[in-house]
Amino acid sequence: MENMANEKKPFRFYSRFNLQQLTGIKAVTLTQLLKGIKEVPGSVIYDHTHRFLQQHIYLNPEPPNDFAYWVSDVLGDDELAERLASIDTIQFPDIRSLREKIIQTIEGYLDKNPAAAARKANVHEAFHFIKAISFIFPTGYVANDLKEFAEILKVITIEAIYFHVFEARLRLERNAANDFSYWIETAIGDKVLADRIAKLDPYTHTMEDLRKSIVRLVERRGE
Amino acid sequence: MQSANVQNDNQVAVARSIHDYDRFVGPAMINNLKLLADRLKGKVIQNVNSTSVGGGVAEILNRMIPLLRELGVDAHWDVIKGGEQFFQVTKKIHNLLHGRLDPISEHDFEIFMETSAMNIREVDTYGDIVFIHDPQPIALVKKRNNKKESKWIWRCHVDVSKPDPRVWKFLKKFIEKYDASVFSAPNFSQKLSIPQFLLSPSIDPLSDKNIELPQETIAAVVAKYKIDPDKPMITQVSRFDYLKDPVGVIEAYRLVKKHIDCQLVLAGGTASDDPESAVVFEEVKEKAANDPDIHILLIPPGSDIEINALQRASTIIIQKSIKEGFGLTVTEALWKGKPVVASAVGGIPLQIKHKYSGMLCHTVEGAAFAVKQLLNSPEYAKQLGSNAREHVRLNFLLTRHLKDYLLLFLSLYYREDIVNL
Repeated sequence: MENMANEKKPFRFYSRFNLQQLTGIKAVTLTQLLKGIKEVPGSVIYDHTHRFLQQHIYLNPEPPNDFAYWVSDVLGDDELAERLASIDTIQFPDIRSLREKIIQTIEGYLDKNPAAAARKANVHEAFHFIKAISFIFPTGYVANDLKEFAEILKVITIEAIYFHVFEARLRLERNAANDFSYWIETAIGDKVLADRIAKLDPYTHTMEDLRKSIVRLVERRGE
Repeated sequence: MQSANVQNDNQVAVARSIHDYDRFVGPAMINNLKLLADRLKGKVIQNVNSTSVGGGVAEILNRMIPLLRELGVDAHWDVIKGGEQFFQVTKKIHNLLHGRLDPISEHDFEIFMETSAMNIREVDTYGDIVFIHDPQPIALVKKRNNKKESKWIWRCHVDVSKPDPRVWKFLKKFIEKYDASVFSAPNFSQKLSIPQFLLSPSIDPLSDKNIELPQETIAAVVAKYKIDPDKPMITQVSRFDYLKDPVGVIEAYRLVKKHIDCQLVLAGGTASDDPESAVVFEEVKEKAANDPDIHILLIPPGSDIEINALQRASTIIIQKSIKEGFGLTVTEALWKGKPVVASAVGGIPLQIKHKYSGMLCHTVEGAAFAVKQLLNSPEYAKQLGSNAREHVRLNFLLTRHLKDYLLLFLSLYYREDIVNL
């Protein structure tokens, strides 16, 4: 795929869709959940820390990740669920470090609360590890300047915004807060605007709010 | 082999344009579907199932094939042949996959294989991708070597969370000859040597079951069934079946009724091929004991507009199933922006995140408590309903199903977890 955020190049909007693949791995206890988290591919960790966000992009404040939701609603362990839900995903540059944090959180909790390992879900409420296969494709939208950028941002799908904000940063491990900030800084040369967009915590916005916030920042540039 | 005629089939609505869905998901999404479809240029997609009319699979294909074609995908649909004996055996297989006890003999398996052998001889499997739906045509995969580069997918539309081991073993030897399999819920997956994908079913927002209705239509249906339009209305739409627990719904209603004046609507049909349903219907009437606020409505098949109106007239929709497939009646209720209280079984937890897009329950008391909470907190109920509709819009409409089919077909040509198209 062509790099859509190269210096002196227009911004090419891409999008992505996910297909979910069942791994056949499941857990009914915290110990099994921990084992699964350690062993599954990164694409599985990505799915479970972002699927909720993608499927419930209309909710604000943001709901927890799948692990937190299952620990709370199925195992009924609210303290651990809160610890998992409050992991600040935006701070982790890649899936490896995010996975490590989740493992540390569960292991630390089990060390202090060994009885928690005995809690068991019904088989029909087991946690199923699911992999996200991402299909990335160009949308055909191209912005040559910030005016075009804002106009396109208003009409593209939220999947496209999601791709440039979440997936490109965390899953493709691009060295930037997000693709938009990178392009605005390197191709447009507006570091202030790039930083303002980078400061938005996308995990605490609905996707539509995020779209509006970025458009507003771009349109009010220089004010 | 019969070629299913998607245009003349009067079982479902006439084919619509893909652009009729712009207003639900936006034109940019439809354009993205076209971009995906472009990647399948030159590939022939052949769907095969056992009937062109009646049943959920035929309904899905009747809607999907014209839309896939409009997107530019060379999609086809063929139907296998089978006699009465064959379909009696496949009905048994269906029931046994669902976990029901139904005797099946070696002779039954022989009948299945005899008809399969006839279809293997007669059915032309011309597709670059051959997409086989459900167990009836499953043995066609024996033909895959006739076109070595072809890809084969088996789509299981049945709840196989607890299949009969003997039947599953029989089917598994065919399933593992496919390139991929598809299930509707995570707990339906089995230990298999081939990839298993998760594709949820969907609803069509333009179907009679789901289309927006004028207020007069809703009011007319409410009046027809002598339902009080001014009293909170709790509704369960389901056939009269023990697995839908209509008696449990009445018990939950009675617990609510102690504190809040409300009425209960149990709307559904009895199945002619299921003698048990008439028994359940009688038990439900007995349990209702002439309570004037319990409306037990026997709705004839095909009354989709009436069901739609009853759902839209309801204050709360309940689905207290003991066992459930995906639970499309829940999807329909969520799409109508209704607060839903439903059991955490089958595909329902995929649709309802507890306290976000509805309320999940496990018991009669839990269902009653959730209903009371919602009746006493109309603003919260409204927010749940609003979240529910948006959740369905994003995840369970026909356009998402189309997208998943396109991705599924494309996935056969890639091995990576991140695919650059």
